[in-house]
Amino acid sequence: MQTILSIAIDAFAYGMALFIICIGLSLTMGLMRVVNLAHGAFAMIAGYIASYAARDLGLGYAVAIFLAIIGTVIISIPLERLLYRRIYGSPELTQVLMTIGITFCIIGITNYFFGPTLKSIPLPGSLSQPVDVGIRTIAGHRLFVMACGVVVAGGLWYLIEKTDFGIKLRATVDNAAMADALGVRTQVIYAISFAIAIGLAALGGVVGAEFLPIEPYYALRYMVTFLVVVSVGGAGSIPGAVVACLLLGAVDTTGRYLMPEFGNFFFYAAVIAIVCVFPRGFFGRAQ
Amino acid sequence: MAGVILIIAAGLAGYWLFPDNLALLTRVIAVALLVLSLDLITGYCGVASLGQASLFGAGAYAAGIACVNGVTEPVTLVAIGAVAGAMAGLLMGTIMLRAHGLAQLVLSIAIVQLFHEAANKASAYTGGSDGLAGLMVSPLFGVFEFDLWGRTAYLFGLALLVVVFVVLKFIVSSPFGMLCRGIKQDPVRIRAMGSYVFPVLLKMFVISGAVAGTGGALAAISTQVVGLDSVSFELSANALVMLVLGGLGTLYGALVGTVIFMGFEHVVSAINPFHWMTMVGALLIAVVLAAPGGLTGLYETLLGTGKRAKGGRT
Repeated sequence: MQTILSIAIDAFAYGMALFIICIGLSLTMGLMRVVNLAHGAFAMIAGYIASYAARDLGLGYAVAIFLAIIGTVIISIPLERLLYRRIYGSPELTQVLMTIGITFCIIGITNYFFGPTLKSIPLPGSLSQPVDVGIRTIAGHRLFVMACGVVVAGGLWYLIEKTDFGIKLRATVDNAAMADALGVRTQVIYAISFAIAIGLAALGGVVGAEFLPIEPYYALRYMVTFLVVVSVGGAGSIPGAVVACLLLGAVDTTGRYLMPEFGNFFFYAAVIAIVCVFPRGFFGRAQ
Repeated sequence: MAGVILIIAAGLAGYWLFPDNLALLTRVIAVALLVLSLDLITGYCGVASLGQASLFGAGAYAAGIACVNGVTEPVTLVAIGAVAGAMAGLLMGTIMLRAHGLAQLVLSIAIVQLFHEAANKASAYTGGSDGLAGLMVSPLFGVFEFDLWGRTAYLFGLALLVVVFVVLKFIVSSPFGMLCRGIKQDPVRIRAMGSYVFPVLLKMFVISGAVAGTGGALAAISTQVVGLDSVSFELSANALVMLVLGGLGTLYGALVGTVIFMGFEHVVSAINPFHWMTMVGALLIAVVLAAPGGLTGLYETLLGTGKRAKGGRT
């Protein structure tokens, strides 16, 4: 019983960390139709910035997260204007190649500046000690990640379904030319959604660093994981991403707890099974 | 046929110019076979794959396991590798062709990761993460020993490459090859014309698997070791990069891309592996933005406009 509980808690926290990173990718893929394999690279940049701010400059955890998000979004703006804007609407292969190229560049450049070592982001005291929640104690950091995931899911749902911006965004997704003709500034909508997606990647990269440690090849190592999770959930769907992250997080964590020698075997076996049954993902729309 | 003569000439030139680097050149030939096989399904059929190394690895491990268990004749080993690759291609095609677009790409990644885990787990047969070592290959045709400098292995590889290249030339210009290109352009219309799409693509997957398996077997024979990296996502992604660099949909593009990519990798990554990543990344972005047809496409464009044929020489 104790084992099941701790697996469940770890799986849930891991799934939420995955979710915060992947929902940004899901937005770019589902709403903007860009297969952005460099998504993990932005999470990595954020991790490096947070690590630099918290460890080398001695700033607080909250300040480090804030700086990481702002810094990563600022870095991403010129990339969006110069590179991504040219591949909107291109075939998937072109987008995959371009974004793999961006990933390689980011890995090479960040490691040139920061050195090829594992970067840790020190947790503040309040998050590193266990918290008693009645049935048992849970590491404070796990609770924090879960809370972040729930807030992100709720906030995004509200933003897309209930606000003025969300209406314009959905209109642009359904028919960009028509939305443009009706006076929606689609370029601005694209730029803002891209910035939101990158900001979420940054947030996920920092708070998820306990599960997915920030290291030189982070962007490449988890690129596949993020892409797989999004396509299993169905690109552009928030509930799909939640279900996919929790399910795959559970499969992965359970596999690692009970049969660690099999590594990623269960994760990818589950992926093949799911994609064969649901070719568009759980909640994906016909393209 | 001029192309075949050019390949032989370039191969022999490599033999005379770089006698100390024949192991690297043999590796280039093995990877060139992998890239050719990827070109068959991506360039000619329009099925993008990031898991081609699973076919390469199937060939390499099959040849390696056969060799450890007493089959040491090199030509037989290559045949075993090709058959294993073809079988892996059949399996991979059956799974991948169920989906389209992005899901297909994700399936190919999942398949190569599963092959990787399987090779890692079955360490009794594959040596796991230590690699399968101790391959003792008997002399080619009973006469030519595989020497320390890799001369025999290189010439054997070159001959294999030429044979495969000629066969593939015939295949892609046959009615079957035309049908594949038709499917790449418009599968709905091909179906309306009364042709079945799935069996045609599956057949191409099997051929592609045989070619990739041949490359894997060659790699196993020449290095006498089979490592887990021969079924890795990294190798698959690199193969795709080489193919796109050279140009999709031409057999020459696959060869040119492989030679240039691996040549640069050899030089630059010796200095600093992170410089190498930055450079490959920048190169990829440049190719996507400036030369969507790859180097061969660029060459043809330059030749076609007649402005300056010098810069695009490959």
